[in-house]
Amino acid sequence: MAEFSIDRFVDRYAARAASMTASEVRALFAVASRREVVSLAGGMPFVQALPNDEVVAVAHEVLTEMGDEALQYGGAQGLPGLRERLAMLMAEEGVVADPEDLVVTTGAQQALDLVGKIFIDPGDLIAVEAPAYVGALTAFGAYEPRYLPIEIDDDGMIVEQLEQALVRGERPKFVYTVPNFGNPAGVTMSQDRRRQLVSLCREASIPIIEDNPYGLLRFEGEPEPCLRTLDPDNVIYLGTVSKTFSPGVRVGWALAEPSVVQRLILAKEAADLCGSNLNMLITQRWFADDTRWRTALTGLVDTYRSRRDVMLEALGEHFPEDATWTHPNGGFYVWATLPAWVDSRGLLAAAVERRVAYVPGTAFYPDGRGADRLRLAFCYPTEDRIREGIARLGSLLLEEEQLYGTLRG
Amino acid sequence: MRIAVLAGGRTPERDVSLRGGHRVVTALTQLGHNVWMVDPADVKLVEALRDRAPDLCWLALHGKEGEDGTVQRLLDLLEVPFTGTAAYECEIAFDKVLAKDALRRAGVATPDWVAIEGSALRDLGAGAALGAAAERVGLPCIVKPSRSGSALGVSSVERESDLAAAVMGALSFSEAAIIETKVLGIEVAASFVANPLDPLPLVEIVPKEGVYDYGARYTAGATDYYLPARLDPATADAVTHAAKRATAAIGSRDLARVDAIVDPGGNPYVLEVNVSPGMTETSLLPMAAHAAGLSFDRLCDRIIHAATERA
Repeated sequence: MAEFSIDRFVDRYAARAASMTASEVRALFAVASRREVVSLAGGMPFVQALPNDEVVAVAHEVLTEMGDEALQYGGAQGLPGLRERLAMLMAEEGVVADPEDLVVTTGAQQALDLVGKIFIDPGDLIAVEAPAYVGALTAFGAYEPRYLPIEIDDDGMIVEQLEQALVRGERPKFVYTVPNFGNPAGVTMSQDRRRQLVSLCREASIPIIEDNPYGLLRFEGEPEPCLRTLDPDNVIYLGTVSKTFSPGVRVGWALAEPSVVQRLILAKEAADLCGSNLNMLITQRWFADDTRWRTALTGLVDTYRSRRDVMLEALGEHFPEDATWTHPNGGFYVWATLPAWVDSRGLLAAAVERRVAYVPGTAFYPDGRGADRLRLAFCYPTEDRIREGIARLGSLLLEEEQLYGTLRG
Repeated sequence: MRIAVLAGGRTPERDVSLRGGHRVVTALTQLGHNVWMVDPADVKLVEALRDRAPDLCWLALHGKEGEDGTVQRLLDLLEVPFTGTAAYECEIAFDKVLAKDALRRAGVATPDWVAIEGSALRDLGAGAALGAAAERVGLPCIVKPSRSGSALGVSSVERESDLAAAVMGALSFSEAAIIETKVLGIEVAASFVANPLDPLPLVEIVPKEGVYDYGARYTAGATDYYLPARLDPATADAVTHAAKRATAAIGSRDLARVDAIVDPGGNPYVLEVNVSPGMTETSLLPMAAHAAGLSFDRLCDRIIHAATERA
């Protein structure tokens, strides 16, 4: 009567690997990534808009002029020249940064992992927005935290909820937020909320992790001050060039106190020794030409703005009356709320059958909520494809509504 | 022999199919065949098969089109022999509404059920009959799409108020839903290979989270398997016998996997007959073959043998 397992290492895996499971939704994405499917699922930057000749020229220059350095190992903190450029990039949003306080990471995603590694012990409480960026939940998840989900509204994180939790005696290790055009909800934290959050966390000595990948992708209105600007001592700021330049170069960074930076550097060194010099040098050179990167970024922002407009218009035209959705002023995503009876996971199968895909809301909550939500990305598909995708989804939702009506008698 | 392995496709089981397909390609290549993979979602199947003219197609496709008779009919038309069950029988096996009826007619025990067509709900107002359906099969019940695999769209319903949502979920995957009595007991898979179908050891399935859903099926370590199943010999025989009769009722050939539940009284209930059982590293049929001392290569060899003897 031997217990049999096809995976002979099954008793050897760490407990944290248990959270890495196959899922129906992942299975459906295998189909959704096919050409004929309009994917409103993936948050892929529209890199086709970058001037390819210029990118090629930059890569060529790097390899011909500094090939020895580009093909060699580097320091774990990242190249000083690049860190200077990144500090200038942050200055665009009012963040004052000493390049010495930066550690360059493999995308901001690695910064999330390193932050988890140096702050989270198993069972530690961390506060996250609900909904939160799914990649942060998976990165932190490997370190086995407990989550304190804080709801959001049109003004971002509802800081009162965090305050109430602190009054109840909860003490999260840190608070994680994407304050500008968040993923998935597309909402931006208001200035009042920012000040409220910063002062609350300062008083309670709880560090804030400010993840700002979309800040420079603003379509209209005035930018709100970064949390890091409001309280440089208590905010660890994460940035990336994935949205302003290319996700393919995998250049992100963390800006923090020197003591935190030291730990991040050691953690980075333990993880992968150092980033790619080739990619760092390409990025450094790309941002060295002020006109070049600004022109490319303006082009991207214009494209995303038009696509956002098209998506919002199509939603108004095709979605059922009892659905609501956010109106992002930047970034990549619209977050739709459907009637409570909808289960967006199951619905995805029917949607893919009709050649349209989205991400079910449940991906973005650590506690299984969000079945009546959808994340709709407007960054990658063309305007026509967005119109078509929303129309397909809208007609499916109307049919579902009829079906539900008959089932409810 | 020149063998085209058909895997992939456009269904939610695409990944599972590709994983199994790659393993089959490796095994058949080691057996000395000239093997290549064809993904009907990437190429026009008819042209691809005419171009390279295989002697045999190995069907590693799952779900609609792959195991509902569609591809099988096309291969009949092209006169290319293939592994597994014939077109008409596939169509019956894949549609649980038809398959359960075929099982009952053949006297094979299967949990009591009611079928609900999406069109009947939309056009005939059958939603009003949902309460009657719940009464007929009792609670708790299982709601599943009539035509789908890998437990996609399946839910267990404890309260009548959750029934409508479960039916909606199942209808996302298929035009009809089955509401079935939930038989509590030991979950068992009975696998068969060759012609006439030769039984492999029974596998007992104990999902750690309680439900053998998609995640439990394809995450290594999420389910405990007991091989052979922890049943007394008489009960094990009864399960194998019932499963064998189920394959006969459907008309399976070459390979099959029958999913069944054994109630506390030792009575087996057949849930379904799979004509294209999974071939991944966590799949049940290769696991059963392994326990019978049949390596994956030799398992593939027997299936090829069964298919070519017929041709």
